[in-house]
Amino acid sequence: MNTPAAPIPNAPFVPDTAFEEAEQGTSLWKDAWARLRKNKMAVFGAGTLVFMALFCLIGPFISPYTYDAQDLNQYAKPPSAQHWFGTDKLGRDQLTRIMYGGRISLAVGICATMVSLTIGVLWGAVAGYAGGKLDTVMMRIVDILYALPFTIFVILLMVFFGRNIILLFAAIGAVEWLTMARIVRGQVQSLRKMEFIEAAIALGLSRRRIILRHMIPNVLGPVMVYTTLTIPAVMLLEAFLSFLGLGVQPPMSSWGSMIKDGAEVMEGFWWMLILPGLFLSLTLFSLNFLGDGLRDALDPKASKD
Amino acid sequence: MLRFITFRLLQAIPVVFIVAAATFIMCRQIPGGPFDSEKPPPPEIKRQLESFYGLNKPLGQQTLDYLWSICPKKFMPHRLFLDANNDGRADFDLKAAFGSDFGPSFKSVRSVNETIADSFPVSFQLGAMALAIALLLGIPAGVAAALRPNSWVDYFASGISMLGVCVPTFVMGPILVLVFALNLRWFNASGWFDFKDQLLPSLTLGIAYAAYVARLTRGGMLEVLNQDFIRTARSKGASEGRVILKHALRGGLLPVISFLGPAAAGIITGSFVIETIFQVPGLGRHFVTSAFNRDYFLITGTVVFYAALVVLFNLAVDVVQVWLNPKLKFE
Repeated sequence: MNTPAAPIPNAPFVPDTAFEEAEQGTSLWKDAWARLRKNKMAVFGAGTLVFMALFCLIGPFISPYTYDAQDLNQYAKPPSAQHWFGTDKLGRDQLTRIMYGGRISLAVGICATMVSLTIGVLWGAVAGYAGGKLDTVMMRIVDILYALPFTIFVILLMVFFGRNIILLFAAIGAVEWLTMARIVRGQVQSLRKMEFIEAAIALGLSRRRIILRHMIPNVLGPVMVYTTLTIPAVMLLEAFLSFLGLGVQPPMSSWGSMIKDGAEVMEGFWWMLILPGLFLSLTLFSLNFLGDGLRDALDPKASKD
Repeated sequence: MLRFITFRLLQAIPVVFIVAAATFIMCRQIPGGPFDSEKPPPPEIKRQLESFYGLNKPLGQQTLDYLWSICPKKFMPHRLFLDANNDGRADFDLKAAFGSDFGPSFKSVRSVNETIADSFPVSFQLGAMALAIALLLGIPAGVAAALRPNSWVDYFASGISMLGVCVPTFVMGPILVLVFALNLRWFNASGWFDFKDQLLPSLTLGIAYAAYVARLTRGGMLEVLNQDFIRTARSKGASEGRVILKHALRGGLLPVISFLGPAAAGIITGSFVIETIFQVPGLGRHFVTSAFNRDYFLITGTVVFYAALVVLFNLAVDVVQVWLNPKLKFE
């Protein structure tokens, strides 16, 4: 009875990875996924987005019309069996144009967000990790940029670089990274002082392991949430620029430029304004619901109620 | 508190100057110049014009000259409201009040100072009305939603505010015009003379911000309503109205206040979209047209003016926040 239990002979060697697998059983991500699936509005938002993406990517291959084919006999016709969403004032099929506009919106949403994500995360992480003077200088720059009216900044960039669509992505991304940088910096800074990071250092974990296993997953949550909320902001900015005539150039269509064309003639031809407006609003709606859902799922403390 | 305000104002001055220098240098890099229209003037005349406006000097020299001319040299804010030219309204002359000269405009006979003086009061009125609408709609909706979380009131208020967040102003504006101006003929579609013109633009701008205000109020109120001092107030027999108005709102509105700083500057300088859709003669239009026209002094002037307003509003917000939340202290 008193004799200590002898080590079991031939016990299988338990590799380090087994702990990691056990830990993943109740990981943040699985929890978050379960919470997200319960949120009806977020699921609805995600579903709408998937539908919207398929609609815009596959739709143009099925549609019998092209975005720039003008049929002046079919000038400004209301929705009908032939043209489901009607035609615009040059006789172009609105449904097809909305699909192409959606491609632009999605592309801008993804590309410009990537640009802002890259700049914002790098800037914030360097500032937060370095601390001290460098941090002060970098955050002062962010403060100064905050005081600039964003839109004038983008307008200047667009007028400066010419109306090139790739530069449109870059210009929008280049003004949307400020909040991201602040969030990442705050996270990195507070994480460095946390007990579990101290514990990890005390346990003698390597720096690389601390950063990869402990820092990054904790920064990833807020970054992902903010990313989902950046996409609608970016799409809105593109639509706004196109609305001003600075974004996508004709004959290419964009939801913003279609809304602009529609607003000019809305008195007689409501479908030219309402339908693109509906698609833009529905997409923004879904993205916001998904973003809210993700925030509630990943950060239960910050949830709305 | 006076020390706090003075310190923050001193800190803000370099920010505004850096913004001014950066914008001035940046807009000079745009290809094309203010005198390259469809029918360009002969080269000699163009040279004359450039030397008249000082555009032939080195860029560094021009930037320094510009910074010096916009630099405040006196402080007599009451002079903003004088009416020297007797047109029945305040002049809003930045030169008389602060000695700041924002330079000439290349496209208009009105100087940049005069353009700002002409259009800022319009934008300010539009912004003030929109802000009032946003607060009057947003705060009650947010409070109602927070008092009965997850009831139909909450879902209704949240749904409406989501709609306000997601329907962009340039969709909302034309739709409101279509319904209320063109079909029902209750209001006018454009212009800026009387209430019938002013309501729709203010409403469009106000709804977008009302949505944010409602969401922030709801979040802030929910947090405060669960705290002990609210339970204490209730157990002392304070009426529900008193609990909300006197005790809960003070803390519950904090998130709204911190949102209002940057938002108010944006609202009050006017939104380009609203001013374009409704043909409002405000400051917002000049942001866009001046960039198209390469009107360097007008671009920089409007941007500097905006940046100064942002800084002032953020300061005002910080002061109000400390006043509402005694836990914070002026640093």
